[in-house]
Amino acid sequence: MEKSKINGKRKMVPFVVFALSLLFIGIGLVKQEHLEVLQKAVRICLECIGIG
Amino acid sequence: MYRDRVRHGRKTGDPRGKREISFQRIVQLASAALFNGYVVGFAKGKIFTGKSKAFCVPVLNCYSCPGALGACPVGSLQTVLAGRSHFPFYVLGSLMLFGIVLGRLVCGFLCPFGLVQDLLHKIPVPKYKVPGKIDRPARYLKYVVLLVLVVLLPIFAVTKGGVNPPYFCKYICPAGTLGGGIPQMIANPQLRKLAGFLFNWKVLVLAAIVISSMFINRPFCRYLCPLGAFYAVFNRFSFYQMHLDESKCIGCKKCERTCPMAVEVTKNINSPECIRCGKCKSACPEGAIFSGLGGQREQGKEVADRV
Repeated sequence: MEKSKINGKRKMVPFVVFALSLLFIGIGLVKQEHLEVLQKAVRICLECIGIG
Repeated sequence: MYRDRVRHGRKTGDPRGKREISFQRIVQLASAALFNGYVVGFAKGKIFTGKSKAFCVPVLNCYSCPGALGACPVGSLQTVLAGRSHFPFYVLGSLMLFGIVLGRLVCGFLCPFGLVQDLLHKIPVPKYKVPGKIDRPARYLKYVVLLVLVVLLPIFAVTKGGVNPPYFCKYICPAGTLGGGIPQMIANPQLRKLAGFLFNWKVLVLAAIVISSMFINRPFCRYLCPLGAFYAVFNRFSFYQMHLDESKCIGCKKCERTCPMAVEVTKNINSPECIRCGKCKSACPEGAIFSGLGGQREQGKEVADRV
């Protein structure tokens, strides 16, 4: 009985994490974090190419 | 039958003994082309500046690569953390989404730098198996890289100039050197003039990984990749799972001998080290290993069919 409860909870983990990830993405979009990512990604990153 | 051969990359009946390209390789090539589809960039030495760069790709793919159509999640995470203005909801949420759906299937099937290492390992030189007592502790290094170079240093280590550089990208990332640094240096003479110690250091890191990839299977994925470390945490819980039907398993251990990541398949099939490449599935003579997003259901159905 106890084991099946633990198994049931374990099966819920991916669904909880999935929902949490969508929530995080939603909050990030509201806070316009994607624009911060865009701003960095459209310029040559000097550190990444070994100059900066 | 053909599909089966393509899927598992087995030898064909061709008398010339040619190997057909595996399903894994087809997907790896397609994803590398998809994530780096801005071909014009390579010729002009310019990077893509479209809106798709606001999206994080699931793999280590430098946004300074001339072909890159999306943003590198590791670079983006460091940038947002370095800003110290807010919690990185968007980047972390994207990474969690990829992780919980696919786990390290991303490493095995989608990562262009994984493809590079796989191809380098095809070069016919003697192959080396890292002894367990070195291999096992060394695998924790990638978690240290994630925690220190990707998270802590970009937040806390401010340079004299008052900036928080992306330390992993700056000092380690071989995908950035290969996909971004080298093509940019070839195409831009102005950038070539600026290249100094740091560029030479990064080329040295890349060279060390390239050479070791010929002898060891995926050394960067095993020991250094922070993205692999992040997805590894999700391997046990992800929707995509590997399954072993113990009633079919005859304990021949062919799966473990074939595994490029040295996973103990029969003991821990969803190990954090498993990149879900499927080589164990192909090697199993009994068809005891299967995988999928609905793997458990598939197994149940199979058992019901047998009954």
